[in-house]
Amino acid sequence: MLKVDGIDTYYGLGHILHSVSLTVKRGEIVCLLGRNGAGKTTTMRSIMGLTPPRRGSILFKGEPILGVKPFRISRKGIGFVPDSREVFADLSIEENLEISERRFEGRVFWDREKAYELFPALKKICSRKAGCLSGGERQMLTIARALATNPDFLLLDEPTEGLAPLVVAMLVEKIAELRSFGLTVLLAEQNQKVALGLSDRAYIIDNGAIRWHGAVGELRENEAVRKKYLLV
Amino acid sequence: MHPAIHLTLVSLIQQVLVGLGKTTTLFIVSSGLTLVLGVLRIPNISHGALYMVGAFLAYSITRMLGGGAAGFFASLLLAPLAVAFLSLLAERFLLSRLYERDHLMLLLFTFALALIFDDLVKIVWGSGYRSLPLPAMFQGSFSFLGLALPRYSLFLLCVGPLVAIGLWFLINRTKIGKISRAAAVHREMVGAVGINVGWVFAAVFMIGCFLAGLGGALVAPTQSISQGMDASIIIEAFLIVIMGGLGNVWGALLGSLIFGLTDSLGVLILPQFSIVFPYAAVIVVLLLRPSGLLKSAW
Repeated sequence: MLKVDGIDTYYGLGHILHSVSLTVKRGEIVCLLGRNGAGKTTTMRSIMGLTPPRRGSILFKGEPILGVKPFRISRKGIGFVPDSREVFADLSIEENLEISERRFEGRVFWDREKAYELFPALKKICSRKAGCLSGGERQMLTIARALATNPDFLLLDEPTEGLAPLVVAMLVEKIAELRSFGLTVLLAEQNQKVALGLSDRAYIIDNGAIRWHGAVGELRENEAVRKKYLLV
Repeated sequence: MHPAIHLTLVSLIQQVLVGLGKTTTLFIVSSGLTLVLGVLRIPNISHGALYMVGAFLAYSITRMLGGGAAGFFASLLLAPLAVAFLSLLAERFLLSRLYERDHLMLLLFTFALALIFDDLVKIVWGSGYRSLPLPAMFQGSFSFLGLALPRYSLFLLCVGPLVAIGLWFLINRTKIGKISRAAAVHREMVGAVGINVGWVFAAVFMIGCFLAGLGGALVAPTQSISQGMDASIIIEAFLIVIMGGLGNVWGALLGSLIFGLTDSLGVLILPQFSIVFPYAAVIVVLLLRPSGLLKSAW
């Protein structure tokens, strides 16, 4: 469904990603593991077109999306959940979802109501300003907002970072639920436990390059790799 | 009542009314400036020039339609629309290509636009003064309880709240307003949820410049229409926007009230120094609240 092939991404003069390649098949949850500053967020932003790579290619459902503007990439069916939990702080929860809602021609699976069904807690406080929400609520809103755009592929950038264990457990449950709705997910995580519990396959990124990839089971067995790239 | 006290009270009420009339035009112009500043993050220096273009257009349109009340009302609609169209062209063909560039580039570019519009006015209308009489229905004063209230100030007093309500509705109740509020804070994320930010920016820029044109059309019958009227308004409008909080439309309303009222009431206190009062008010406000009266969008 998504095929990233040898992308090189720069921030100004800084060469951040070095020939990163990864593939995600339809229906899979794939995680991208790595330490802080390894290049997870840059990879996500490169796919979304927010920090376009200078070289390489990205195919989504067989179509090239490198160089395409982010709003068009979103309309092709990629939902983006940023790592900074950036909500539209000045708008209420309802308004956040309203402006993101996008009804394509053809099949509409996700919309505002469906997003509320997944997070009933948001529905109860839907008139509250997004700027006044707790970390967990904000994260629910960023996921709900991405879902309101009616995606079939979700880029989830560190959804559990810095949240309380109870909230993390709830989010993990919801992300697992997304798969049952047919969503494909690329999940960037530092939290191994969360990532390995949810995913089918894993990629490990370090210093802007993919160092290892394989099934989650293999990674669990392979202590050497985990120690080398993931231990802080 | 002692006649002297009565006289002061009468002049006070009259000056307040005049001040509120001035507040209206200041608010209309500065709300457009602050809207563009908040959403597009561009300090649009050409805003004053567009105000001047609006005033000259209002002059020509009113003249073309016979100079009566009908011409005046038509100019209030047509002049700002023409200004909005002009700004749309500038945005789509020039400004929109620079959004990715440095802030300084945008600033310099709007300065260039101001110079271009200035020269455009010189080419079309020449460098002389123009003046437009008020339509008969707005000439003179309206007597009320022994007070002589200038009719045009009363008219402006009706237009101001209408524009404020219209802006409130636009910002809070329409989709484009909500998107603008989102884009003011997280422009990148607005694109990432599938919204074509380019067109939102174009629309907001156009609405902002429409307000500049409307301000120009409203002052056209009250002052001489001339080259240079852009310079004074752009200074006032920027001061108001800074005083009110960058990008905050209600801040622009508050700032305009302070600026307009200190301007007209200063005349009563120290007529020879009246021009100092609004600027002194700006200094006092910024000393007390350096980031502006209301929440800044920056």
